[in-house]
Amino acid sequence: MDLAVGTELPEQTYRVTRADLVRYAGASGDFNPIHWNDRTATSVGLPGVIAHGMFTMALAGRAVTDWTGNPGALVEYQVRFGRPVVVPDDDEGAEVTVHGKVGALLDDGRVRVDLTVTSDGEKVLSLARAIVAPA
Amino acid sequence: MALDRELVGRSYPPSAVFEVGRAKLAEFASAIGDSSPVYRDADAARAAGHPDVIAPPTFAIAVSLEAAMVVLDDPDVALDYSRVVHGEQRFVHHRPIRAGDRLVATTTIDAARTVAGNDLLTARVDLTTEDGEPVCTATSMLVARGA
Repeated sequence: MDLAVGTELPEQTYRVTRADLVRYAGASGDFNPIHWNDRTATSVGLPGVIAHGMFTMALAGRAVTDWTGNPGALVEYQVRFGRPVVVPDDDEGAEVTVHGKVGALLDDGRVRVDLTVTSDGEKVLSLARAIVAPA
Repeated sequence: MALDRELVGRSYPPSAVFEVGRAKLAEFASAIGDSSPVYRDADAARAAGHPDVIAPPTFAIAVSLEAAMVVLDDPDVALDYSRVVHGEQRFVHHRPIRAGDRLVATTTIDAARTVAGNDLLTARVDLTTEDGEPVCTATSMLVARGA
């Protein structure tokens, strides 16, 4: 891969529906009802059911591993959860868009990828960074 | 209630063994919509240099977050669970988690502070094999929003 600081990853957009959240809850073991129950979500002051932050993190990670083609190469990955991704109870759900670019070339051929993750035009993750090791 | 800084450095006994199965990894990969064969096809994983199918990079949370709950069960940790949200997450993978791994989680409090009425607690979960091989360090910052 011919890389330089500023190299952009293909932008990815992922659709997230209620069904995806139910499925993620089961696979991850995180059954917090704010991710599937509107009554609970609104009772704690949320606009409605929100996606698991870890689900959004996983989607953003896909943008990196799809780019490298080697999921085992993602050696470090961190995010700060900013705004929640609100997922309406309809067939459209929400969209999460992931834009990545090479932020730094590190020692030993490792590359830092900086991610910008938005939903409905708002940034939902901040300080989202992945470090990819060379093949 | 403010968190006690004395908590920093406190470590908890290792968890029970979490046995990583192929079906669980495939289920998690499908749940995040990732169709990569290295998560579900052992031959493809071996062709990519792994002994067996591997886990997606964020799968470690399925092991580590439950382990980190030991902190909230500690009577010395005055964190109101009903107000806790996940503030930050970081994974350092020493190698990919893979099917057949028998993982043990050891949780340590890395930081505890109160900022603007919010309690911030950082729990580090070291995942190793039963034999002590480091696999992943998963660090979660939990935020209990002030009342």
